[in-house]
Amino acid sequence: MTHRIAVSSKVEDARAESLLRSLKALFPQSALEGASYVQAYTVDADLTPDELRRVAERLTHPVTEVSSTGKIPTPGNFSYALEIGCLPGVTDNVGRTARETIEDCLGRSLGEGEVYSSYFLFLSGSLSQEEAHAMARELHNPLIERASVYPAGSDFKVIVPRVELHEHTSVDEVSLDVDDAELSRIGKEGIKNAEGTRRGPLALSLKQLEVIRDYFKKQKRNPTDIELEALAQAWSEHCKHTIFADPLDEVKEGIYNRYIKGATERIRKAKGKKDFCVSVFKDNSGAIAFDEKYLITHKVETHNSPSGLDPFGGSVTAIVGVNRDCLGFGLGAKPIANVYGFFVADPNDKTELFRDQAKTQPLLPARRILEGVIRGINAGGNQSGIPTPLGFIAVDPSYRGKPLVFGGTVGLIPRKNKGRKLYEKKAKPGDYIVMLGGRVGLDGIHGATFSSESLSSGSPATAVQIGDPITQKKLSDVLIREARDKGLYSSITDDGAGGLSGSVGEMAGESGGAVVDLEKIPLKYPGLAPWQIWLSESQERMTLAVPKAKWAAFKKICDRHDVEATRIGEFTKSERVIIRHTGRIISDISLDFLHDGRPVEQQKSAEPKRVVLQEKISPEEPAQAILRMLSGPNLGSISFVSQQYDHEVQGTSVTKPLQGKGRVNADAGVIKPVFDSTKGVVLSHGYTPWYSQIDTYAMAAAAIDTAVRNAIAAGASRDYLAILDNFCWSSSEKPERLYELKQAAKACYDIATAYGTPFISGKDSMFNDFRGYTADGKPTHIAALPTLLVSAIGVIPDVSKTMTIDFKRVGDLVYVIGDTNDELGASEYGGAGTVPVVDVKKNAKTYDALSKAIQKGLVVSAVGVGRGGLGIALAKSAVAGQLGAQLNLAKLPGNAKSDEAVMFSESQGRLLLSVARTSQKEFEKAMKGVAFANIGEVVQAASLSIKLPEAAVELPLSTLTESYRSFFKHW
Amino acid sequence: MKKPHVIIFSGYGLNTEDETKSAFESVGATADIVHINDLIAKPSLLQKAQILVMPGGFSYGDDTGSGKAYGNRLKQHLGAAIEEFLKRDTLMIGICNGFQILTNAGLVDGALLTNDSGRFSCRWVDLEVTGESPWLKDIKTLSVPIAHGEGKYYAPPSQLALLSKASQIALKYVEGETAKHFSMAANPNGSLENIAGVTSHNGRVLGLMPHPERAVRFTQLPHWTNLREEYVRGGKELPTEGPGLQIFKNAVNYFI
Repeated sequence: MTHRIAVSSKVEDARAESLLRSLKALFPQSALEGASYVQAYTVDADLTPDELRRVAERLTHPVTEVSSTGKIPTPGNFSYALEIGCLPGVTDNVGRTARETIEDCLGRSLGEGEVYSSYFLFLSGSLSQEEAHAMARELHNPLIERASVYPAGSDFKVIVPRVELHEHTSVDEVSLDVDDAELSRIGKEGIKNAEGTRRGPLALSLKQLEVIRDYFKKQKRNPTDIELEALAQAWSEHCKHTIFADPLDEVKEGIYNRYIKGATERIRKAKGKKDFCVSVFKDNSGAIAFDEKYLITHKVETHNSPSGLDPFGGSVTAIVGVNRDCLGFGLGAKPIANVYGFFVADPNDKTELFRDQAKTQPLLPARRILEGVIRGINAGGNQSGIPTPLGFIAVDPSYRGKPLVFGGTVGLIPRKNKGRKLYEKKAKPGDYIVMLGGRVGLDGIHGATFSSESLSSGSPATAVQIGDPITQKKLSDVLIREARDKGLYSSITDDGAGGLSGSVGEMAGESGGAVVDLEKIPLKYPGLAPWQIWLSESQERMTLAVPKAKWAAFKKICDRHDVEATRIGEFTKSERVIIRHTGRIISDISLDFLHDGRPVEQQKSAEPKRVVLQEKISPEEPAQAILRMLSGPNLGSISFVSQQYDHEVQGTSVTKPLQGKGRVNADAGVIKPVFDSTKGVVLSHGYTPWYSQIDTYAMAAAAIDTAVRNAIAAGASRDYLAILDNFCWSSSEKPERLYELKQAAKACYDIATAYGTPFISGKDSMFNDFRGYTADGKPTHIAALPTLLVSAIGVIPDVSKTMTIDFKRVGDLVYVIGDTNDELGASEYGGAGTVPVVDVKKNAKTYDALSKAIQKGLVVSAVGVGRGGLGIALAKSAVAGQLGAQLNLAKLPGNAKSDEAVMFSESQGRLLLSVARTSQKEFEKAMKGVAFANIGEVVQAASLSIKLPEAAVELPLSTLTESYRSFFKHW
Repeated sequence: MKKPHVIIFSGYGLNTEDETKSAFESVGATADIVHINDLIAKPSLLQKAQILVMPGGFSYGDDTGSGKAYGNRLKQHLGAAIEEFLKRDTLMIGICNGFQILTNAGLVDGALLTNDSGRFSCRWVDLEVTGESPWLKDIKTLSVPIAHGEGKYYAPPSQLALLSKASQIALKYVEGETAKHFSMAANPNGSLENIAGVTSHNGRVLGLMPHPERAVRFTQLPHWTNLREEYVRGGKELPTEGPGLQIFKNAVNYFI
């Protein structure tokens, strides 16, 4: 029996108001007048009338809400009703909580029953049917949600989105004794079903499939579908990072080993006793020493393809997923900060694009992608109770096909507990394999192989998962609050890409083998095929190795926390990963082949033809240019994002994402993670993908320099600073792209070793391409700019010395340190000149001098000069401080001569500072040997007055502030 | 008298237990973080405590309404035990999600609705003490952060009048130091009568949306790097404490 409970507000309802506001903004021509909101719960279970009444009461706030259990109550006048709910099988967090509330109220389980949530929006005003449908389209994403549109007077159907799978659930043998064409198709489109359809990409090359075929020939049998799928996952670009790992030209050990890991090894050696790296590259996050007692971990991930399809679900998964990389470091680090970054198309870009030629599968509009990914981090981060001190939005048309969505998590872990090192782990033969957290459904099947391909009409919709932050928070509490420090498990890892196939495969490597009984794995709903269970990327799960003697104690903790823990098998030392299904062996692969059987492929690069950027056609007045850049999405305020992400939770905040009276976004943040220590952690980011249009070596060098510079500005020093690399490339099968990649990797080595800032963790995503169709049905290919995000993390001795970017007192002197050269190429100002070249020797000296000056208390404000050049840095410090400045830029160190180069060149290695007059002498003494210029002073007059070599600029503070806040003003 | 013992609720997505515990411990209390299910299994644990804390967080993800699911669970399984606890001369506080939970469980009056902006908001606010409560003794104004999506205080007009008359409206948003510094509206969420916190009739149970436990150090203030210049240029030492700490001191002092 199905029941429906409707709950509506009897007071003013901000949910309805805010939906009405956005619909009115999107449909300014429509006659839409009002909106009212009704939350509905569809209970697919038997309840007595009395039970139903009690349950409805529970779901209703007595002061502000009313409920009904019969028909959905309708407002007096409305023209259309829209019902929006989840599609079958899509994570329904509200439905899950309602279910728990109902079960708690009734004191019994609903068993096979289920509770689904949806909402009705009643729209008033004379709307056309077309408009109502268009509004429904705006309010839901058809890949994960359903919408029904009802004109006034019609009946509302009761929809029960029960999952009903009719797929066959047996294990199939797959013959690889086929011709090369068919073998290639298996790799590209997947295993063939009996009725002729394909299961979706394995992303295995012909060469790889041949190696698999030969392996099973030696075993004298055909592989099963689950074996083939598991190998495809294990060998995927996403999991094995084949492009970074395999030989490229003369770099036999691969560019990762030579340039990234190689840089870290060299730096650690050079640092000797001062080496602060503790666990790098081998675990789910990288870790450095915080103090005698604690380590700090960091990891940054991307979740690009799914975010293109379902921006909300994609980004919530990005952040809760990377949280698990923190929980899965060592025996579990506590997540203490999240960072984010969105590379997207201009949200006002209205270009329509389609995944298929028939134009039935449109890409989401650029605006909805940005809105969705912002909301995702909001839900994931806020609900998990992890502060978000830092993040950014960057815009370029090349991200229209696929957005790049970065999520990062910093963790804190004690070095030891009762003599046991918490940052090391090893599953032992005989340990139970325990799956902890959520259940398994169809979510995210083929996620790992899918992200190794470009986004096109074949992209599977089930590749999208939606995170459930609360289930994960409960899981986190089990681990961090109790089980870890009681020593109840010997190893742990995250169920991320490839699901159990990835986690069990990896941990089997520690013990020497594993055997799994597949039927023991708890499912969200029946009807899944074994290969689907093994590969599912359903979220909020981790795999643990629990010694038999500890199982009872471990299970008890899980039960108290209401977290599901299931023994699904045992770790062994058989050197094989064996999967049984009700006793029958359905998969049996040697560990050796699973992990190291992948054929190495020699890659070749070729120097691309240089694309010549267009010269800037009409020169702009400097004042105009500053206002234009400030009003753009790359440099304008994103306060609406910073403010909707909790950066105060955990009580660790030191410098805020919005700084100064004028609340300007900073490029670094500082937290104080340990209550009884004065030490702080500085986080910063650097990215300059635009330079890739000219030179990827320069791009990577500038990204690192920017991250380091931003950290220095906040109070970090070079001798205790580590970095993380996240490469997002496109069309990486092309030799030209590989050439660019190699150049960027080389820059990573050169700059990191020169600065002594080791890489501690990294990730890559190599196919950020979109292949589809334009509105006229023409094929199109959009490739994301070669993008390197560098995240820096440093430890400082005393948080009370940290810096913010705002001018603070009238009369303070303003300084620029570092050379300003004529480097306007691919700048925000625009231009075809040279891109900034990083002079590591000079910059290192500059940074060290500044770090010392900050420690001595000689500096009042500091901001890195980056995108938009000095003009923008000045605007930021002035707007942040809500103070003017009188400046003369006619004689800056460096070779910039023209007004535009002086103002907008993006030369690296520079910072803009303010210094109290009383500190002038000592400050200038501290800058000995460093290029610096006293360029003026902070003044009472509310404007920036700048004398340039030729012209002069006068910009009122109010105009600057208004421009700075304009782009996202109505978001 | 002995320093009081604090029990801080945990579980199902509450998430500010650690900083709340640290705030209490820094002023001399002893504090335990206890999962609600452990209290349900053994309600007698409450007998050892003088102070109960429903901390901030996102219990059940705010799904079905903030604080509703946890509040119902609390009321159903621990309603009687908490009633017993409050019969003694004890204190209880609900912070942010904890406040939402207390209203749903009927331990303080009113309700918290979605912010007028329709969006989660994290910023600092300034508060004026307008009621009487041991928690707020000797405090006139203070600045503390908020972080919530459903913090608009609501009660029907008749109830508001009663609360006001009984001095149960404990805290109101005002345009104070931080709102002026950052030119931001005093009332961050549209709360009726700018209400940020209310108490039970005897003042011993306090529910409030802002987070005093995140305002216990000087370097947590949103403008401390600016204030630093006052101290440095005036040749003075930087302060160490933040304005929220007094609330925890008051609670401890109530028992000494």
